[in-house]
Amino acid sequence: MSAERTLAYALPTLVALAVLGAWEWTVWALEVSKFVLPAPSEILTAAIGEWRSLAESAWVTVRITVQAFVLALVIGVALAIVFAQSRMIERALFPYAVTLQVTPIVAIAPLILIWVGLDNAERAVLILATIVAFFPILANTTLGLRSADRQLHELFDLYGASRWQRLVRLQLPAALPYLLAGMKIAGGLALIGTVVAEFAAGSGTSTGLAWRIVEAGNRLQIAKVFAALALLSLIGIAIFGFLTAFERFFLQKWHESASNKE
Amino acid sequence: MLLSFSNVTKTFTNGVKALDRASFAIERGEFLSLVGPSGCGKSTALRLIAGLTEPMGGEITWAGPKPAIGFVFQDAALMPWASVEKNVRLPLELSRADDAIVHSRAAEALELVGLSAFAKSYPRELSGGMRMRVSIARGLAAQASVLLMDEPFAALDELTRERLNDELRALWVTQKLTIIFVTHSIYESVYLSSRVVVLSARPGRVIADHSMPEPLARDLNFRTSELYGERCRALRSALHGGGQ
Repeated sequence: MSAERTLAYALPTLVALAVLGAWEWTVWALEVSKFVLPAPSEILTAAIGEWRSLAESAWVTVRITVQAFVLALVIGVALAIVFAQSRMIERALFPYAVTLQVTPIVAIAPLILIWVGLDNAERAVLILATIVAFFPILANTTLGLRSADRQLHELFDLYGASRWQRLVRLQLPAALPYLLAGMKIAGGLALIGTVVAEFAAGSGTSTGLAWRIVEAGNRLQIAKVFAALALLSLIGIAIFGFLTAFERFFLQKWHESASNKE
Repeated sequence: MLLSFSNVTKTFTNGVKALDRASFAIERGEFLSLVGPSGCGKSTALRLIAGLTEPMGGEITWAGPKPAIGFVFQDAALMPWASVEKNVRLPLELSRADDAIVHSRAAEALELVGLSAFAKSYPRELSGGMRMRVSIARGLAAQASVLLMDEPFAALDELTRERLNDELRALWVTQKLTIIFVTHSIYESVYLSSRVVVLSARPGRVIADHSMPEPLARDLNFRTSELYGERCRALRSALHGGGQ
């Protein structure tokens, strides 16, 4: 590992240690109530003590997030391909995709809950998270499918390429960097959507991390709230890290964004 | 004769008239350069020949069946996500040739431009001159007998450009190609071509047609010869005369 890379990991770690240390010291020195701000050590104790319930809830949140992400990916790419075939279809449908995107998810949540039935809170959460996550994939892929080089399009004309050949050999590869960038945004949004929807659903049948936070907050287990928050952050970071590695893997051979050269 | 333009007119949808009753014939086996100021419809003429666009008036007639055509664009226009060999295979794969034929012809085409060693490389790993060679190989891969080139060397440095000029001349001779070459450089056209057609400023009309079959060998001696200088002067005055 180069010195620069070591530094890239060492510096944020040092900052984290410094902040945690200062936090711990402040809480003990000023005798802050643990119902307001628990010390990092208390949060760690709570995380270990409540490990089972936290892990179960985290699993529910991760599962719904991944399902929502995959659904968003499939729907977004499929719709983008349809849009790329015809400007008419795009003009007819795109405003509704935008409407769905700009309407606050919390506001639609009660409706969706009623439609799928209060007993199926998890399904409602999945639908809501998918709605939140699919737009960047749709928008980016639509743009990417149109971004293929004009001269390459003419080359495909010259050799009498079929619509399918053009899509598979020209438009989809050209759209890949855009799609991967959209996936990175959608990954984060899927998690946010899941958590927000869990809050909105807020019934006993949904058992994700958001529900744990609400429950622990009501019981004044503030350390557990923090532990659940930390877990959510870790999940978000893991999703982002995975999608970044995924992007690099696909683009490193040919795309400038993944180039190692300066 | 290979094909003829008779009174070909082309107006774009934005009202710009690119070609105005342009007439000229192209012989089989010619190295024909189209020279003219920017925007005179040279590239449009190439695209008309390739069938990428249709004329508004006049006729483009092929003598006999339309031959296989290769097109080389100004900035190579390679697929950045595909290796050199996959780029060269594209025309063959689009026309659904057999796998064995695809592989052997693509390998032959790469051999012709001296890039066999770079078959697995990606376009961004190559220099501008090498990318242009890949583009030429792709043009030749589908056994094209007619090569259309749209200012292919305009973006290259002088040395690379001269070397590619020589390589292109050699390919023209050994592969018995018909090459239609668009350039804005009088010098390049005189060095390369067996015939130069000069187009006027927009809308393009044919204002001069110079045949220059001799000498067959084009080298440094030719570049410094009296004949070369004379031809350049003649083309230059034709170009200026048409601008008045």
